[in-house]
Parts: sequence; structure tokens; C-alpha cells
Amino acid sequence: MKKEDYKKLVKKISPKEHRLRNLGVSFLTGGSIALMGELTITILINVFGISRVEAGGWLALIIIFIACLLTALGFFDNWVSRCKCGLIIPTTGFAHSVASSALDYRNDGLITGLGANFFKLAGSVILYGVLSAFILVIVRVIIGG
Amino acid sequence: MASFKFKNVYIADYYSLVGPIEKESRLKNYDLAMNDYYFHEKTFEKAEIKMQQTVIDNLLERHHLTIKDFDLLIGGDLSNQISITNYNAVNYNIPFLGIYSACATFAESLIIGSNMLDNTNIKKTMLITSSHNLNAEKQFRYPVEYGAPKPHTSTFTTTGAISTMLTKTPGKIKVESATIGRAIELGIKDANNMGAVMAPAAASTLQTHLTELKRDLNYYDLILTGDLGCIGSSILKEFCDKTYNLKLKKYLDAGCELFLKSQDTYAGGSGPACLPLVLYNKILKQNKYRKILIIATGALHSVAMVNQKESIPAIAHAVSLEVLS
Repeated sequence: MKKEDYKKLVKKISPKEHRLRNLGVSFLTGGSIALMGELTITILINVFGISRVEAGGWLALIIIFIACLLTALGFFDNWVSRCKCGLIIPTTGFAHSVASSALDYRNDGLITGLGANFFKLAGSVILYGVLSAFILVIVRVIIGG
Repeated sequence: MASFKFKNVYIADYYSLVGPIEKESRLKNYDLAMNDYYFHEKTFEKAEIKMQQTVIDNLLERHHLTIKDFDLLIGGDLSNQISITNYNAVNYNIPFLGIYSACATFAESLIIGSNMLDNTNIKKTMLITSSHNLNAEKQFRYPVEYGAPKPHTSTFTTTGAISTMLTKTPGKIKVESATIGRAIELGIKDANNMGAVMAPAAASTLQTHLTELKRDLNYYDLILTGDLGCIGSSILKEFCDKTYNLKLKKYLDAGCELFLKSQDTYAGGSGPACLPLVLYNKILKQNKYRKILIIATGALHSVAMVNQKESIPAIAHAVSLEVLS
């Protein structure tokens, strides 16, 4: 059998992923995290009387703490399997990726294990996040003057 | 010629240890089960070394033997540089061959061990194979706690360790013949669809085995592939039919037979431990089959080669077993 024919056979038998359903689940779970974040910001502003910018900082801190704690307690991976990218795309996902890498390599040494692998998954997010911000700023300077 | 018959080689006994998810699976009468992935050790790597040691020691104890009664230790696992087996081998001061064929390692050890018994002065050989889900996840995929969503075609690495005692004196199962497979790739690059990667290798080895030993499919009561999974075994059936005009009927796949549907393990089990666990603790316990052809399949990829988008080569080794008692 030729490679092209085999690829067709594999494609025919392999089940299709429910992309639309996964999208819906991610939208709902990701959206509810955002909603909870917005609620927390409103509470922080009204109860503690801080500015919106300051409240945003506190919110990031709270979300990162909760995500890392749940990763360490072993709940988060099960939820990611169910919630799909709804939990990976927000700040929760970034914190979770760092915490899970740290857990994996904690016995391989502080430098060679933990340090070297801490940003194993999150490194791409930082690199391309900074790069895209840089490009967007240039675009804004050119268009916005 | 890739096939040969053995004169006097027997599987005298075996000992199997299963992981926490596998103990709730369709396996029955396994010897020992782990309650957690750490197995009272600090790291998963150490846990897998202890798993290998436990199955060897318990098999020796059952037969009131010591490792000095064995002339050779052959084995392998999935870890980089088969470090688990190497670090375990140091506990046993006997000649040792470390081997790697990914999930086809068990069949490779059976073929090498049987040839050694038939053609040299070696009288007893110990075979060892293991896999640990979390060690495999860490090495081949994402960090253990990350839990990245997986497609339906992916398989779940089985946790377990199996020791097998190979002897010249007649025992439970006769190792009758074997066929050494070739490395084959048909352009599949998706490491999440191992069934599709390995199916052509299984088909090629089956065809070679039948042609070289002048047998047809009816000669066997059962053909058992290693870890193609439920999707991979469907691909194999259609591939065999279209390419070699072989209609697989008395056929099962160990990966597809291992877990319950409710266990949510995608397309089924995989890993070097998958085939021997299902063979020893399910197929042989049924007492239904006399002549069994096992075709262990392995995907010979590394993370670097998959990231470089190269097609994944696969291998399949076949061993014909005859149940005596």
C-alpha cells in the first residue's frame, strides 16, 4: 500500500474530534473564570477601596495561587481533561504549566531539574508573548503616530 | 529468512505486578497490585526499578530458586537508555542483555532468550519488562500533573512489570517459533496515533511469519497483537485485507482488551507491559486457546524526531506459543 493510500485509510478509521463541542466547553469554562475574576475585582474595589489597576494585580495573585495549589493537590489535571482549553488559556493555565513542570522535576536537582525545566511549557508563552507585544507596539506607533 | 522454529524452549512460569488503574481493569488473577504510582519510593523512576525487582524476587521465591540458578537476564523498558532495567540489573550479579524495541520489547526478549536456550549451554533465562504510565508521560509527553487534553486515537501507557522464567525443561507453555520484524514506516507522523504507526509493521510480520513457515491463519486459535489499541486494530484488519488478502477473524488486540470502557483510557492500553499482562492474566487464564501467535508492536520514536516532523518507524516481532497444560 502506498503512503498516500494508507493515510486515507487511517483518516477514514480514526474518529474525528468533537471540535465544536470542545470549543463550546472551553468557551463556557474559560468564560466563567473570567466572570469570577471580574466579580472578584468588583468586590476588591468596593470592599477594600483600591483602584482597578491595583485590584487587577491582586486578582492575578489570587488566581495564580489557587491554580498552583490545585495543581499541587492533584485536581487540576483532571479538570483540564474535562474543561479542555478553557482552563489552559487564562492565567490559570500559565500557573498550572509552571507548577506541574516544577513537580515533575523536583527530584532532578535545583539547577539541572527544577530550574532547567520550570518554564518547559510556559517558556513559549513568555517568548512569543513578549515578541507579539513588541510587534504590536511597532504597529501602533506606525499607525497611531 | 526471518522466521525459525525452536526445539526445546518453555515458559516455565511468570509473575505479574499491575498498577493502580490496571488492577480495576479486565485483568484477572494477577499476582500483585500497586495501590499508588510511587510504590513506597520517592520518585516514579525508583518505583519502576522496585517494580522490576519485586517481580523477579517474587518469582524466584515461588520456585525456591536464587538468581544464581539463572544464566542470563534479558529485559528492557521505555525509559531513556533503558535506565530502569539497567539500574535494576545491578541488583542481580548475572550476565545481562538490555534491549529496546519500545512496546515490542517483551517479544524481542522472548526471541533472544529462546535462541540462547536452543543454541547454547544456557539452561535458564530470566526475562523482565516493565512500563510506568507517569514515567512515560514525563518522558514522551507533558508533565504528569499537566493533564493536556488528548485525542481519541491516543493510547494509555500501562503500568506493570512482568518477569518470565524461560527454561529447557518442559513447562506450562512451549515457545514454538518466532519471526523477527523489520522497521517500517508508512508516513504517519502523529505520535498520538500509535495504532496507525504500528499497524503496517504488525501486518508485515504476520505475512512474513505465515509465508516463511507455510501456515495459514487457521493454524492459530488466536492472533494477539500488542498495543495497537481499538482504533489501530481496526486499521490492521483493513490493512491486512487490502494489502495481503488476509481476513483476520480469530484476532484480539491486548491494548483494546485491557481496560474497561468506563476507565476513559482513549483507544486502549499501550507500553511494553501491556501485551504480557493481557496474555498472562487474561488470555491464558481463559484456557480457551492452544496455539497463540503474539505480535508485539513498538513505535520507535523519540521526542526529538517527532518534533522534527519525521515519519515514525515501527517494529513488530511475532512469537508462536503452544499451551501445554
